Amino acid sequence: MSFDIIVDWLQAALRWAAPLILVSIGEVYSERSGVINMGIEGIMLFGALSGVAVAFYTQSLLLALLITIVVGAILGLAVAYLTVSRRTNQVVTGLMINMVALGATDMIFALLSATRKARVATFPTIFPESMHNIPVIGKLLFAQPVSTWIALILPFIAGYILYKTKWGLNVRAVGDNPKAAATAGLSVIHIKYQTVILSGIFAAVGGCALTLGEVGYFSAGGMAAGRGFIVMAACVVAGWDPVRTALICIAFGAADTAQLRFQSITTVVPYQFLQMLPYIITIIALTIMVKRSRVPKTWGAPYDPKDV
Amino acid sequence: MQENNYALQMQDITVEFPGVLANDHVSIDCKKGEVLGLLGENGAGKTTLMNVLYGLYPPTSGKILLGGNEVHISSPSEAIENGVGMVHQHFKLVDTLSVIENVILGIPSKKQRLDLEPAKKRLLELCKEYELYVDPDEIVWRLPVGKQQWVEILKALYRDCKVLVLDEPTAVLTPAESDQLCRAIRRITADGRSVVFISHKLREVIQITDRVTVIRDGKLIGTIDTKDATQIKLAEMMVGRPVTIVRKERPVFEDKKPILVMEGVSAKDDRGIQALKNLNLIVHSGEIVGLAGVDGNGQRELAECIVGLRKLTSGSITIKDKKVNNVIADPSFVGFIPEDRQKTGLVMDFSIADNMIIKDYQNEPFAQNKILRYKVIKKHARAMIRKYNVKSPSEDVKVRNLSGGNQQKVVIARELDPEPVLDIAAHPTRGLDLGAVTNVHDILLKERNRGAAVLFISAELQEVMALSDRIIVLFGGEIMGDLNGETADQQVIGQMMLGQPLEVQK
Repeated sequence: MSFDIIVDWLQAALRWAAPLILVSIGEVYSERSGVINMGIEGIMLFGALSGVAVAFYTQSLLLALLITIVVGAILGLAVAYLTVSRRTNQVVTGLMINMVALGATDMIFALLSATRKARVATFPTIFPESMHNIPVIGKLLFAQPVSTWIALILPFIAGYILYKTKWGLNVRAVGDNPKAAATAGLSVIHIKYQTVILSGIFAAVGGCALTLGEVGYFSAGGMAAGRGFIVMAACVVAGWDPVRTALICIAFGAADTAQLRFQSITTVVPYQFLQMLPYIITIIALTIMVKRSRVPKTWGAPYDPKDV
Repeated sequence: MQENNYALQMQDITVEFPGVLANDHVSIDCKKGEVLGLLGENGAGKTTLMNVLYGLYPPTSGKILLGGNEVHISSPSEAIENGVGMVHQHFKLVDTLSVIENVILGIPSKKQRLDLEPAKKRLLELCKEYELYVDPDEIVWRLPVGKQQWVEILKALYRDCKVLVLDEPTAVLTPAESDQLCRAIRRITADGRSVVFISHKLREVIQITDRVTVIRDGKLIGTIDTKDATQIKLAEMMVGRPVTIVRKERPVFEDKKPILVMEGVSAKDDRGIQALKNLNLIVHSGEIVGLAGVDGNGQRELAECIVGLRKLTSGSITIKDKKVNNVIADPSFVGFIPEDRQKTGLVMDFSIADNMIIKDYQNEPFAQNKILRYKVIKKHARAMIRKYNVKSPSEDVKVRNLSGGNQQKVVIARELDPEPVLDIAAHPTRGLDLGAVTNVHDILLKERNRGAAVLFISAELQEVMALSDRIIVLFGGEIMGDLNGETADQQVIGQMMLGQPLEVQK
């Protein structure tokens, strides 16, 4: 009986973490190249909405995903233009994008009145029904939607690309010493554009996983609920390593789903306090881990190619 | 077909920055297999010229020929494709990556997967060929600076450069490493590659190069064969007037008073290792005490202890009978020229005017009722700029945009103009060109003649001997001996610098 609760809990944790992991993959690349894309929270909202809207009008989850990727790429391009080409402050730019996204997605959602009460099909599971009944792992893994599986596999591929390919080497070099990368003949600007656009795409897909991977509807008023910021914290705690960042996201998911369960069990502790817990844990983790974590040398700093 | 003898020709290069003509119709050429010295004071435009070659700045006019063919280079990758390799004065290495990763960074290839093994093999061959050994798997920040230099050179050779530009390569090398570099350069040119060797150190230029081109104030002064050159001739071309470092006549003071008194001083360095051991030293008014020694034998810690920046583990320091307990920030008491002017001596992004008052800003006349009085501050800065001959269009210029020599003048003006009783000058001429060096020497001598006690720390034996009344040699945090500056023998000092105390030598 209590065992079932644990399996339930872990399954929910994974499900909760999947969108965050997807967002984190792009953010790790972007921050490794020196650009903090703080707009991922807002881009998640756009992705969440575009997923639901396209799925509603076309009834095609694949098309929903493709359009969401395009939306994410466009938003990533906007962030890249502002922070890389125009060298705006990355934190302020991100905050503004998040504010705009909050208003814009709610407005678009209101305009598409037909979608308001819409529930659309969510991402399917990929394993046959019979496998869902295998004890423990059946429920934990095989009953998960395809988006969770992608989120579990992608960090390893992302890690391989970062450490074992030329492009990954370029990204690491650009974030740690853009001048050295430029004198070695790389185009720092191009690489930063690539990583930031990638972070836009993954943020949008992560947002889409939030709606289409789980609930099947969009709700106004900021349904990303700070997940983008948690991803940023996870990147720092994990030292900008894709696999470790994913693990931190899962740990965070576990903390958050645990507090939800405690809420239903106890009335002694105010639920507001329980809601705070995951965030308090994040802050503690940041204080403990920050020294060990290696910060990309030009993290958040604008790069001026004329500045030799 | 005479053209083809030249690996590199830069013709009539002009580079104009806002308000400055960094290069004014400069032409250089370098034959195949030749070492060309590019000599000039700091800020003369040597580095700018080479940055044009490497595609970092577009020239306003002029053309570049490589192997006789005109090329247009607008980015480092184009420079690399055209066979130009460059080792910058400030290394361009990603120090979190390994040596081999740095070497292959940016080399175009179809394969996306990183396959480091063949690259390592090739690198090790190059290491062997040029006797510049580095471990391909070592992370760059773990390497001493000398080895990082090898990585930079190997990086260029790996890209099969035809022309290798070395910008002040020996600035960070020990004498033994400099010799090793010399041998490597011989091997590089033996392959038919050409080397452009940028420096302002005359001895090295004469030792290494085949021909020398001298630049001053962005203009070409001339090119001569090194075999016809002497240090004195090159120095004159470089500075534009005769320069020599000779011991200058000085008055003798009868009533010398002890100003700086250090008794049994011990202190630790930043890593917690004993840096000064039971050190006793007195510096009198009206004398220059030269502190010689190989860098890193406690000089830095000694200077920091005196001005109160470092805690003593035992002993005491008094200046004019006042015990040093805290940081001394009063330039009318102690003037301190720190060894790292860019990090400790100046705020690089502040203007000259702000840097001038950085120790005095709270006091009259620069502030009144806690409000800064910019009229007074700027007037003061203009007066200092004139008096110390700082080359700058205005007092509002950021210190970052000044040349090293002019930055040092700002520090000196701030620290020494209030006429302190004690001057601490830590490597005040490091990285400065000849003109600036003699300028600093003159100022320190003037300070001494005014009656100040001067502690002059330097690793350059020649200038210590030219300037000091007494010479102290520091080794391993201990004083090896105390010599009269008039009669000191270079051999004896050399032995002391290697850890032979004076008594043992006698």
